[in-house]
Amino acid sequence: MQLDDLTISRRNLLQGAAASGVLLAFHMPVRAATGPFAPNAFIRIAADNTTTLVMPQVEMGQGTYTSISMILAEELDADFAKVALEHAPPDDKLYANPPFGLQATGNSNSIRAFWTPLRTAGAAARAMLLQAAASQWKVDPATCSAANSMVTHAASGRTIAFGALINDAARLTPPEKPALKDPKNFTLIGKPLKRLDTPEKTNGKAVYGIDVLLPGMKFAAVAQCPVFGGKVAKVDDTATKKIAGVYKIVQLDDAVAVVADTTWTAKKGLAALDITWNEGANAKISSAEIWADLRAASQKDGLVAKHEGDAAKALAQGERIEAAYELPFLAHAPMEPLNCVLQLTKDKCEIWIGTQVMTRVQGTVAQLLNFPLDKVVVHNHLLGGGFGRRLEPDMALLSVRIAQKLDGELEGSPLKVIWSREEDIQHDVYRPVYRDTIAATLRDGKIDAWNYRVTGSSVLARWLPPVFEALKGVDFDAVDSAADMPYDIPNKHVEFTRAEPPAVPTGFWRGVGPNNNVFATECFIDELAKKAGKDPVAFRVSMLDKEPRLKAAVQMAAEKSGWGQALPARVGRGICAQVSFASFIATVVEAEVDEHGEVRLRRITSAVDTGIAVNPDTVIAQLQGGLIFGLTAALWGEITIERGRVQQSNFHDYRMLRIDEVPRIDVHVIKSGEAPGGIGETGANAGPPALRNAIYAATGVALRRLPIDRAALAGKRSA
Amino acid sequence: MATLKINGETKNFEATPDTPLLWVLRDVIGMTGTKFGCGIAQCGACTVHVDGKPVRSCLLPVSAVGDRSVTTIEGIGATPAGAAVQKAWLELEVIQCGYCQSGQIMSAAALLATTPNPDDSDINAAMAGNICRCGTYVRIRDAIKRAAGNAA
Repeated sequence: MQLDDLTISRRNLLQGAAASGVLLAFHMPVRAATGPFAPNAFIRIAADNTTTLVMPQVEMGQGTYTSISMILAEELDADFAKVALEHAPPDDKLYANPPFGLQATGNSNSIRAFWTPLRTAGAAARAMLLQAAASQWKVDPATCSAANSMVTHAASGRTIAFGALINDAARLTPPEKPALKDPKNFTLIGKPLKRLDTPEKTNGKAVYGIDVLLPGMKFAAVAQCPVFGGKVAKVDDTATKKIAGVYKIVQLDDAVAVVADTTWTAKKGLAALDITWNEGANAKISSAEIWADLRAASQKDGLVAKHEGDAAKALAQGERIEAAYELPFLAHAPMEPLNCVLQLTKDKCEIWIGTQVMTRVQGTVAQLLNFPLDKVVVHNHLLGGGFGRRLEPDMALLSVRIAQKLDGELEGSPLKVIWSREEDIQHDVYRPVYRDTIAATLRDGKIDAWNYRVTGSSVLARWLPPVFEALKGVDFDAVDSAADMPYDIPNKHVEFTRAEPPAVPTGFWRGVGPNNNVFATECFIDELAKKAGKDPVAFRVSMLDKEPRLKAAVQMAAEKSGWGQALPARVGRGICAQVSFASFIATVVEAEVDEHGEVRLRRITSAVDTGIAVNPDTVIAQLQGGLIFGLTAALWGEITIERGRVQQSNFHDYRMLRIDEVPRIDVHVIKSGEAPGGIGETGANAGPPALRNAIYAATGVALRRLPIDRAALAGKRSA
Repeated sequence: MATLKINGETKNFEATPDTPLLWVLRDVIGMTGTKFGCGIAQCGACTVHVDGKPVRSCLLPVSAVGDRSVTTIEGIGATPAGAAVQKAWLELEVIQCGYCQSGQIMSAAALLATTPNPDDSDINAAMAGNICRCGTYVRIRDAIKRAAGNAA
């Protein structure tokens, strides 16, 4: 690979991965059109004129079911008020997310990845319906039009419902390259339509994986070894066996479960067990050691992710300014604790779950059981939050291992396994610890040299090894918004030094790599602005001539937030500018720091150019929520390790922001005709650096670690 | 066999007296709208009303309910405050993943039933016990005010 090829990013992952030959190109298979008209895997139209849309991406709150439906219905010209939605079954051939080659929902790419394929799917179906109507009427299809699930021939005033055309349409071959609408003719896309999944979420009818009930179901509670990698040494179940309603105590090599008549009995039974763990070598690991290792690793050269100009030479010529930033482990803590419902018989395993990785659940379970793939049936559900945690199949695999131990009368019983919140927090795959070291020089009030090393875990290496290998170890996620930073700097050098923490498993966490890259970059930009004697907004704008979309967002956020207007003592405004997930976002946080170092959020303003906003209200909601997700981490989030175990356990010591701590959040969506960008992750990127920079403005204290250090802000120690 | 009065109906069930109301609702009676979130009354996902007052059902032994009326998310729409909250929640598109929203709606309905025109501090006091990981708080606040207006 040549140096020039190493400019890797989400923006060109698709090309890079396709070139590596490991990912599937998107294809739209034609389904046998029996019964309803099913021109492709996403659309079914029935004789009663109802349209069923099959959702290739999962709904975990990000509004994708509605946005995907809007795209399909737009090009199909279906009556949006009457569409019915279905979760897609596991099938990589039909529903793979193109860049992953896997039916996965993540990386804020549902709309980006499916925008053209779904438009094409809708347009192809519409073309077939128009052709079918035109043939019936013996007119040119070009003289027919479609709207609200009806075809009209304006010249003769004839109309016919889609449902009446399905048999004729089903005999036609779908066009490979149907004409797509001119965006100016969109009737759904771009409108703030009501979500399709929310009415049932107001009245208890929505069914999440954890809500599935089956006749004869048993309930299990589980305890995994608190030390990563530890094993069960022995279990004294004397007290548990005496509890009425306990059916079985299941001992696995690394976990113990109690199966009972209710979740409560199972929990009681689990609490009554006396488990001795063989904690193993990892029991020596602590956060102090992990940080010492990471700091040592950050001294090592990394793999080059970006090289422009001559940063080494420029750094040698000017005054070298340096900083190091550190981010902690974080748990995901989705509100729906991890769970899995399953029924395992001798030759079949049926699973009811909410997952971001349908086919991975199916495939890994089949592998564990040594079953053919078609003997593992997976039903997906609404997810009570994902945030990356449900990109893993571990909760399903552990549940299968428990079910394998059911014998006698219990064999083949439906089983619901629910993790306690404590298990959920202590057996996560954690957002990795990162250390970012940056050195820069200034020339004429602008940045001349920029040398940035990201040191941390590669989640990609574990999660999608073929892509990691194709990238020759330069984890595109870990350096995403570092390699692709937006500022016009003549000499840039960006490296990735992979350093895996001992024992602690790492995973994707809302905002993924850019959380780290945007934090370090935007904090350092503020420190450089101060050094240059420039206002943070003016300093950024002066280096954004080549990124007009971001420049406009920065200017709008500044204007809307009242940037520059006087503030009381110990109150500051901080800005974060970012290009991530192909969206261009600027965010201003206004915060107050009291003399004890307590921080109060006063106001948050974002301006976002995400290209065509399919559903602008969803874009606003995702930014509002993402900002709170990121600010929660900045203010409180940290998972620490002692004696090989996670020290936090529940919401009392793994703190979430609450309503009384959240201020007004204004999100301004910039109108754009560009292709849609991603949005779900972006607020999580924006909150922490904007808050940190607000604190910097309010106090002059340059915090370089998260979560924020209140003692440093109270002047009790240096940052 | 024990009984509970839930959403105006009498439900028979069998469970040990120490079983929290949450698990009787979800696992025994099969009403899954009330959610498990933390098990230690920190998150509010399991909020139901007992005689109109919001309680965390994850820590309330079913034997302590006695003959008091239980209202859950499945029945809250039958109350004026509950219906106003549900309507405002949809009008302002509060919900994202929705898992915590049963509890949010129950807390908000209890607030409006006693405080028809809550100010920000009333909202903070009534709602700070309900965690939303998706971060829908801004819209929850606005929707409570909207519901107060709708109900008036």
